[in-house]
Amino acid sequence: MKFEAVIGLEVHAELATATKIFCGCATKYGAEPNTQTCPVCLGLPGALPVLNEKVVEYCLRAGLALNCRIADFSKLDRKNYFYPDLPKAYQISQYDLPLCRDGFLTLASGRRIRITRIHIEEDAGKLIHSPEGEGYSLVDYNRAGVPLIEIVTAPDLATPEEAVEFLEKLRGILIYLGISDCKMEEGSLRCDANISLKPAGAKHLGTKTELKNINSFKALGRALAYEIERQSELLAEGKTVKQETRKWEEAKQRTLPLRSKEETQDYRYFPDPDLVPIELDPAYVAAIAASLPELPEARKRRFIEGYKLPEYDADLITGSKHLADFFEAVLKFYFSPKAASNWIMGEVLRLLGEEGLTPEALAVNPAHLADLLRRIDAGEISVSQGKTVFEKVFRTGASPEEIIRAEGIRQISDEARLRAVVAQVLQTYPQSVHDYLNGKIKAAQFLTGQIMRETKGQANPQLIKELLAEELAKLRP
Amino acid sequence: MELCDLTLHEIKDLFAQKEVLPSMVMASVVKRIGEVEEKLGAYLALDLEAALAAARAADDRIKAGRALGVLDGIPVAIKDNLCQAGRETTCASRILQGFVPPYTATVVQKLLDQGALILGRTNMDEFAMGSSTENSAFKPAKNPWDPERVPGGSSGGSAAAVAAGEAIAALGSDTGGSIRQPAAFCGVTGLKPTYGLVSRYGLVAFASSFDQIGPLAKDAEDCALMLSAVAGFDPLDSTSVRGTPVDYTQELDRELTGRTIGLPREYFGEGLDPEVRRLVMAAVAQLEDLGARVVEISLKMTEYALPVYYLISSAEASSNLGRYDGIRYGRAAAGREDLAAYYTRTRAEGFGPEVKRRIMLGTYALSAGYYEAYYQKAQQVRTLICREFAEAFRVVDAIVTPTSPTLPFRLGERLTDPLAMYMSDVCTVPVNIAGLSALSIPCGFARGLPVGLQIIGRPFAETTILNIAHQYQKVTGHHRARPCGTGHDRAEQEGGSPDEV
Amino acid sequence: MRVSEEEVRRVAELARLAFSEAELRQLAGEFNRILEAFAKLNEVDTTGVPPTAHVLKVKNRFRADQIRPSLPRPEALRNANAVKDGSFVAPLVME
Ligand SMILES: [Zn+2]
Repeated sequence: MKFEAVIGLEVHAELATATKIFCGCATKYGAEPNTQTCPVCLGLPGALPVLNEKVVEYCLRAGLALNCRIADFSKLDRKNYFYPDLPKAYQISQYDLPLCRDGFLTLASGRRIRITRIHIEEDAGKLIHSPEGEGYSLVDYNRAGVPLIEIVTAPDLATPEEAVEFLEKLRGILIYLGISDCKMEEGSLRCDANISLKPAGAKHLGTKTELKNINSFKALGRALAYEIERQSELLAEGKTVKQETRKWEEAKQRTLPLRSKEETQDYRYFPDPDLVPIELDPAYVAAIAASLPELPEARKRRFIEGYKLPEYDADLITGSKHLADFFEAVLKFYFSPKAASNWIMGEVLRLLGEEGLTPEALAVNPAHLADLLRRIDAGEISVSQGKTVFEKVFRTGASPEEIIRAEGIRQISDEARLRAVVAQVLQTYPQSVHDYLNGKIKAAQFLTGQIMRETKGQANPQLIKELLAEELAKLRP
Repeated sequence: MELCDLTLHEIKDLFAQKEVLPSMVMASVVKRIGEVEEKLGAYLALDLEAALAAARAADDRIKAGRALGVLDGIPVAIKDNLCQAGRETTCASRILQGFVPPYTATVVQKLLDQGALILGRTNMDEFAMGSSTENSAFKPAKNPWDPERVPGGSSGGSAAAVAAGEAIAALGSDTGGSIRQPAAFCGVTGLKPTYGLVSRYGLVAFASSFDQIGPLAKDAEDCALMLSAVAGFDPLDSTSVRGTPVDYTQELDRELTGRTIGLPREYFGEGLDPEVRRLVMAAVAQLEDLGARVVEISLKMTEYALPVYYLISSAEASSNLGRYDGIRYGRAAAGREDLAAYYTRTRAEGFGPEVKRRIMLGTYALSAGYYEAYYQKAQQVRTLICREFAEAFRVVDAIVTPTSPTLPFRLGERLTDPLAMYMSDVCTVPVNIAGLSALSIPCGFARGLPVGLQIIGRPFAETTILNIAHQYQKVTGHHRARPCGTGHDRAEQEGGSPDEV
Repeated sequence: MRVSEEEVRRVAELARLAFSEAELRQLAGEFNRILEAFAKLNEVDTTGVPPTAHVLKVKNRFRADQIRPSLPRPEALRNANAVKDGSFVAPLVME
């Protein structure tokens, strides 16, 4: 029997606010344990929450960018459970009246993935497990109260690839919106997945499992693929899938059931009496909508139409806001879109890849790449010299001009001088000339290499090609 | 009469005339504490050294004519559920033993900023859950009029301290009557402000949508002064209401002519002590004499107030008290092997029986399958109670009722019967459900015990109810009776109010 | 609606409280008396009545996204039952 997968995602993104959701503590990542806490986020008796306005604004930005309806009445609720990382024994979240609902995101295939809801909530602290056998855990509450949005999709995704594409697109949008840095490795973007299988074409859904501990895009794809295979096998054998939460084990590339707690969860949600309802003025919502930045899809279209970039280039570059910003910054100094795009897709990504860096870490001054492109166009240096120079620009931050001057890099385009070198090389290697004239075209490469050696690599390659052809033609009987 | 038996406004006038200095008042209060505190148990912690030092600084300001405000140099007590940086705050619970907050409640900071001398922290029912102060984990407080009887609760310590001259005034908190009922039992004046008028920041929460901090003092004028000192918008409390500062003494002297007072018949039915009824009706007649028009009204939802109150307040409490887990503060159980066992032992050992009962009730009311039947139903009936009050206040300016249906009861009398104890709040909880303003003033004595009259006002109409209370107190003397050290011992009040005024 | 001892035990577990058998029995009895008295609410027709979570008309209470000083770490940890490496010590949590 053939099965179809039904996948839904629950994505948590930490919002890039300066302070926590209900207090003025900083949200800086990586601070010393418990140095960003106060009576409110430690849940001290008597302390009270006050909602950070930026959190509402950021959630609205996400909702509007994802085509959601914005609630005209929303409230905050308490989700009660006991855990050492949860200082108040309840998480302030939103239960039945989230800020945003009923949106969608469109995949490259044109398929719309429905977004059920987006709500705001507070993060929990971090548990650090003690060394083996010590019998305790350590708690750091720096993260307690960091603002999150939770984005829940309908079960509209059909394949692991679609799920990964969705998450990548979503991440791009959140970054473009400037509301989250979405670093999966730092936990500022987290994703849980629900997945069930049903016979191809069937209407009703199968039993789903919930997958946790997915720490990268790759892991999302693999975990879903693993789960599809596991569930298919069960169903093919006539067994049933157990509704449970499973954990992705990166090391072993498999999912395992999370030890189910004996007690059933009962979160006893109720409206938080310490906080008041949110009723947004339509004018305020409209102003946020009007202030939304250009999103990846629109930017891609603009790159294709405005800069005449091939779709492939535009897609790749706008896939990262940092790369796209860098690209447009280069154009400000020197307008040569296709050349800039080639260099970014080629050298920039290659060097980033070698260093294991993401585009966010790109530190090259866009004026420097622009300057380099201008020098190449002017024939001052060759493309291959340019690559050498760029690598140094990338690694040292020095300007192309400094590097060119320090290393004496230049291009010889003096025709008379080069013609003399060509003539001299042809005299030195008669055998190669002979071979060439007898149809061994490859011999020209050897001769070009010798000319380059003579000129210490500074000869204008285009000019050499032409001169060599001319001089060899003269020798033809 | 000793200085400690004077009212705040009398002392303020003596300061102004430079006849008396804060240190002298402090000395009198300290002496009285020495005489009666052991018997009354009004305080959980005294902070006299700091208060005496503050008094000396206040002396200099008073002498120089540079008082910080009307509270400068006035010895006051605060309930042990108000955080003060560096002072152990226990809410009379074992689970908070040793907890020293690193921050100060907004109201306490306001008192300090205005030069008040904080004498110490008063006894209460554990986490403010109770009506007798017998639920204190450390010791019960006693009624200064009869130490065999309870002072009421949960702000029983604050009420007893003010009545006995162990403080000139005090702050308490009122979730379902916890200021007004002990004020009535101890013969003092206590005011529960409108929800949102006084910042709750730093008040250890019991039921967040009902809790309000308010004053207990010797008369309405003192309550007005205390309220003026602590009321006002606080950006740290999302439920605090914006508004310009109000001088709550401004309408005290207005005549009652033109005021309409409602008498809700549902508050005078079954279970009301006949003596209480007699004294309350006498007070109503007095208000009529003063020019008020008294009309009978009906508040049919009254009988539902008690379940609404106990369901909602317990639900909120069950959530508010989840944080006491022995990790960040407070007492913890020994042994850390198992998480669930650690929580359970810490909480089972740390909370007293009444607190546990309410956590259980609240957890049940919120749990899956019961939410609609209990919590949500209560919130809907709450809406109807609010509407009914709003309707009544279209016709009347204030509503007058007994504060408590009974006289102060004996220690232990109701401890074994939670429902009977809950009945003590029957007249006061509707006010919290609707978030109204209300106060209790002494309106006489029966069998030597004080009886309280509750005056309920519209939201933010504190000036109105204070005006009515003050006009009543101008022509009566019940609020001037003192249980300790003034010659009015209990015997003299037997059979009625001291009528020497 | 009668509450069984079993149900009381389940609620106790949710609330992280523990009771002896005798206490459980007593609590179940009290629960039933209290809930019986509270069943009075069922007399009230609340069809279409919105619940009141807040008596206030206050809404949209926000603070600006401005950093305020956090507690010095010793102050934050001061009331902890046990402290290690600048962190609170909690019972071992198994993942
Ligand atoms: Zn904080």
